[in-house]
Amino acid sequence: MNFNATLIGQSITFIFFVWFCMKFVWPPIMNALETRKKQIADGLAAADRGKHELELAAKKAGDNMRDAKAQAAEVIAQAEKRAAQIIEEAKLAAKEEGDRQLAAAQANIAQETNRARESLREQVAGLAVAGAEKILRREVNAQTHADLLGQLKAEL
Amino acid sequence: MGTRGVSIQNPLIEDLITMATEYASSGEYIKHHLQNLTYGQLPPGFERHDAHGNVEVLQQATWTFAHGAEEVKAMGFWSINVDSMLFSIGLGLIFLFLFRMAAKKATTGVPSGLQNFVEWVVEFIDTSVRGSFSHRNALVAPLALTVFIWIFLMNLMDLIPVDWLPYAASLAGVPYFKVVPSTDPNVTFGLSLSIFFLVLYYSVKMKGAGGFFSELAFQPFPKFLFPVNLLLEGVGLIAKPISLALRLFGNMYAGEMIFILIALMFGGGWILAVFGGALQWAWAVFHILIITLQAFIFMTLTIVYLDMAHAEHH
Repeated sequence: MNFNATLIGQSITFIFFVWFCMKFVWPPIMNALETRKKQIADGLAAADRGKHELELAAKKAGDNMRDAKAQAAEVIAQAEKRAAQIIEEAKLAAKEEGDRQLAAAQANIAQETNRARESLREQVAGLAVAGAEKILRREVNAQTHADLLGQLKAEL
Repeated sequence: MGTRGVSIQNPLIEDLITMATEYASSGEYIKHHLQNLTYGQLPPGFERHDAHGNVEVLQQATWTFAHGAEEVKAMGFWSINVDSMLFSIGLGLIFLFLFRMAAKKATTGVPSGLQNFVEWVVEFIDTSVRGSFSHRNALVAPLALTVFIWIFLMNLMDLIPVDWLPYAASLAGVPYFKVVPSTDPNVTFGLSLSIFFLVLYYSVKMKGAGGFFSELAFQPFPKFLFPVNLLLEGVGLIAKPISLALRLFGNMYAGEMIFILIALMFGGGWILAVFGGALQWAWAVFHILIITLQAFIFMTLTIVYLDMAHAEHH
């Protein structure tokens, strides 16, 4: 082993290499590595978040579905109820109308009957008076017997 | 080598000389492989022996490539191992180029190809640093990355068959060519001493000069035994860079040596050559583990030493 100026040359070379490596090699590579590491971590976190959000959304969708179903059922029930009610009301109205028309018809009939009876009575009374006049033409004075005739008309 | 003008009379001596020659050539081969391509200044009056046994006496100080260990020694400290520098800088530049390309193109999207690999390495280093270093310091992770990849690449040169590049170099007229920079102690000590200075710097910065001194002087024994403490802790401190550098150097040097010894078998007939080939393959496969492990150990210890420098003792 003999030492010579190579020792110094080597040291200088070494220092230069280390300096160069420290200045131009290590930082860019480390930067790239760190940035990529961060990106990957961010990506994974985003994926996790997305997954979580998906789960939430699915849950929410399920809830919505259930709500909608319940609402629909409620609406249908209400509609059915309303329909029944409407039918009931219609029935009631129809019955009332029927009753009313029946009552009106009956009243009409009664009126007509009365009127017929009145006219019949008048006609009978007229006939009776006419008959009686014919019988009594000679002996009954219409003026003296008017009271009697009126009374008879009222009784008929 | 055997033609040095020795008069041969006895067949026995002749045999001995042949053996010695073979031994010498094996030795030469190994030595040749363990010699760096060193550029430096030879002092005036130095005697250069060339391959043909001619001697040239230098008139004045000469800048040249060293031929042989003696010349390297003569050049002293102010010489440089051109091959070590060339390969370490080249490999370092490959590392920085690849990683810089990936860093430039780094996006937060899906990574592909090179970026994927680079990110995997960076993440691995980052995990190691987070595991062993419990303070905040922007220097440590890039330092660890550089140490790991650079040392790994330098060690990786060990897997190239030992003769290929030196042979190619010799064809180009370059006498010595050591391709594994981490088998050069200059390289490993260059790294470990730089790290040692960082350790000293952060020790003083984090704990203050007094705190650092008290850490060295007032433990593990009571204060009045501070010379003993200082000795123990001082040795421990000095041992860090030395062990760091020697561990890497030793492992790589030994691995390289085994490759060289296996390569020697290629000259011993084809049966031995086939056996050597199998052995080389097996050792190379095993060596993949060693080079990675050594790079990892160097990096981990770097992190740990820096962590210790930051930690507050009592």
